[in-house]
Amino acid sequence: MSWPKALSLGALALVFATGASAYDFGRPATQAEIKLWDIDVSPDGTGLPEGRGDVARGRDVYNDNCAACHGDKGQGGFADRLQGGQGSLASDHPVKTVGSFWPYATTLFDYVRRAMPYPEPQSLSDDDTYAVVAYILNMNGIIPANATIDRSTLPSVKMPNRDGFVPDEEFRVIHNSRQK
Amino acid sequence: MSLEAETGGEPAMTHVLSRRNILSAAMGVAGAAVVERASADSLADVPERGPGNPLTATSERSEFVHIARLPESTPGIRHVDPSRAINSKAPLDKLVGTITPADLHYERSHAGVPEIDPAKHRLLVHGMVQKNLVLTMDDILAMPSISRIAFLECTGNGWENWKSAPSDVTVQNTHGLISTNEWTGVPLSFLVDLVGVDPASTWMLAEGGDGSAVARSIPLTDEILSEGILAHGQNGEPLRPAHGFPLRLFLPGFEGNLNIKWLRRLKFGTRPFMTRWETARYTQLQADGSARQFQLHQDVNSVITSPSGMMEIRLGYTRITGLAWSGHGRIVRVEISTDGAKTWRDAVISAPALPKAQTRFQADWVWDGAPTKIVSRSTDEKGNVQPDRASFIAARNTNALFHKKKIDAAGKVRNVLA
Ligand code: HEC
Repeated sequence: MSWPKALSLGALALVFATGASAYDFGRPATQAEIKLWDIDVSPDGTGLPEGRGDVARGRDVYNDNCAACHGDKGQGGFADRLQGGQGSLASDHPVKTVGSFWPYATTLFDYVRRAMPYPEPQSLSDDDTYAVVAYILNMNGIIPANATIDRSTLPSVKMPNRDGFVPDEEFRVIHNSRQK
Repeated sequence: MSLEAETGGEPAMTHVLSRRNILSAAMGVAGAAVVERASADSLADVPERGPGNPLTATSERSEFVHIARLPESTPGIRHVDPSRAINSKAPLDKLVGTITPADLHYERSHAGVPEIDPAKHRLLVHGMVQKNLVLTMDDILAMPSISRIAFLECTGNGWENWKSAPSDVTVQNTHGLISTNEWTGVPLSFLVDLVGVDPASTWMLAEGGDGSAVARSIPLTDEILSEGILAHGQNGEPLRPAHGFPLRLFLPGFEGNLNIKWLRRLKFGTRPFMTRWETARYTQLQADGSARQFQLHQDVNSVITSPSGMMEIRLGYTRITGLAWSGHGRIVRVEISTDGAKTWRDAVISAPALPKAQTRFQADWVWDGAPTKIVSRSTDEKGNVQPDRASFIAARNTNALFHKKKIDAAGKVRNVLA
């Protein structure tokens, strides 16, 4: 993990071998511009912004920005169904939705912020993103109608299918020859 | 379809031939790229030579060649307005050799195809690195590059055959989400060394510049570190927009979705980031309701491209040909059966059979006119053998990638499940 170790491990040896060093190509990225692009949110909440949103506000955000494609209450639109299907995964007609299939609530925040609303991604404020995420979780019966979510509460929302995924053996623990 | 009933059970060659033209005219399908059969019976009938068309800046296909991709939606939804399409399939039945022309390379996009000005494109590399870097395309084009011929395949390739086998589809419908190109770009290992990735980093997030900012976690295995490419070229030219212009990730042998197009961010960390595309999508639901995750290698597979669905063959000599591939390495053997998987014989593999590239195979066959099923089975250098449908479903549940063709007595070829 420490830098001296990194330096001793051949990473730089190759750079020297090609005669190139980092700033022969490109320029340093500033923290401010990294923040602008660093939009991913991990299951432990890393990457979640400040702000908060509640279910009631989320209903308005949803009706204004999402319902046209995803239908009223997340069903019946032309785009993906966002609600229901819990208990169906082992049946002949599995219905995979945020409520029945998605393992992490943080992934919902990440995806809505990066990709939705489809015609204008990244146009919602962080507060409205929290709110619409709260509404989608509520329409799936995952959080109560009076709930407010923020960066500290969202990671602890337990999704119904949280333990439903089995990673391939090969990629459970990653080894490579750059490691010691 | 009434024609099919009419010709059924009549093996005589004359019948087959006499129905050919009616059938292709009525159904608008034909097996080969060159649609019209030569009609000149005497050399005297061949058109005179003369001055041709002016030379041009780019060359078009012959007006006699009809070859195109096929935009489609989700499985079973085949005839869609291109604005509703989510993928566009390569015409495997009309391609020869192993390289897919760039404009016919299959496409799968999640929010359309962005038109990106390379002068304004940037790649941000950050996270567990010694130097957070912003790179321009000029920077990237100035770096050392390598080229590699390899296939790219959508995780969902074969989905038309997952649950059932529609009989009215072509191999383009069933298997068109795979292509092979020569990819050119900067070795991932060069960039990893350049920014000084912390050796403790085991996962890298790659993110695209498309409307849905598709993002995937890439495990930093030796295979990926040594074979990954930041590709800016395909088949000798800059990437086409549909394939990620000006920059994409290319990971030979790994599922299509990992090969992030319009690449604009790489972030190094120690755990998968659990994006929508590695949780809600690109995971495989099992019969017990659990889902397999990070099933990232594309397994050994093959498909007969001729004769294939909606083609017609004649009594007597037929050349069987097709494509085999494996995300684990080189194809070393392809067997074919012309009696519905009862007996098998080796097909000839055409050189070069490159690792993680589509490989052409061929076999002679004399069709005796009896209805039958033909099928291929491939093996890669690691000893992986393409499973039959029953064992595939036993192992993986809903999927079925084993592809067989039924040939009726009139020589009409139809897609069926093995
Ligand atoms: C113009 C139509 C449109 C609008 C408006 C829209 N979406 Fe979507 N949405 C889509 C499409 C299309 C997809 C599928 C994209 C794909 O598969 O890559 C999608 C996918 C999703 C998904 C993923 C579903 C899944 O199971 O994978 C979520 C969650 C979602 N949208 C939430 C929202 C929210 C929240 C809003 C409003 C802020 C919104 N969408 C507005 C079209 C729309």
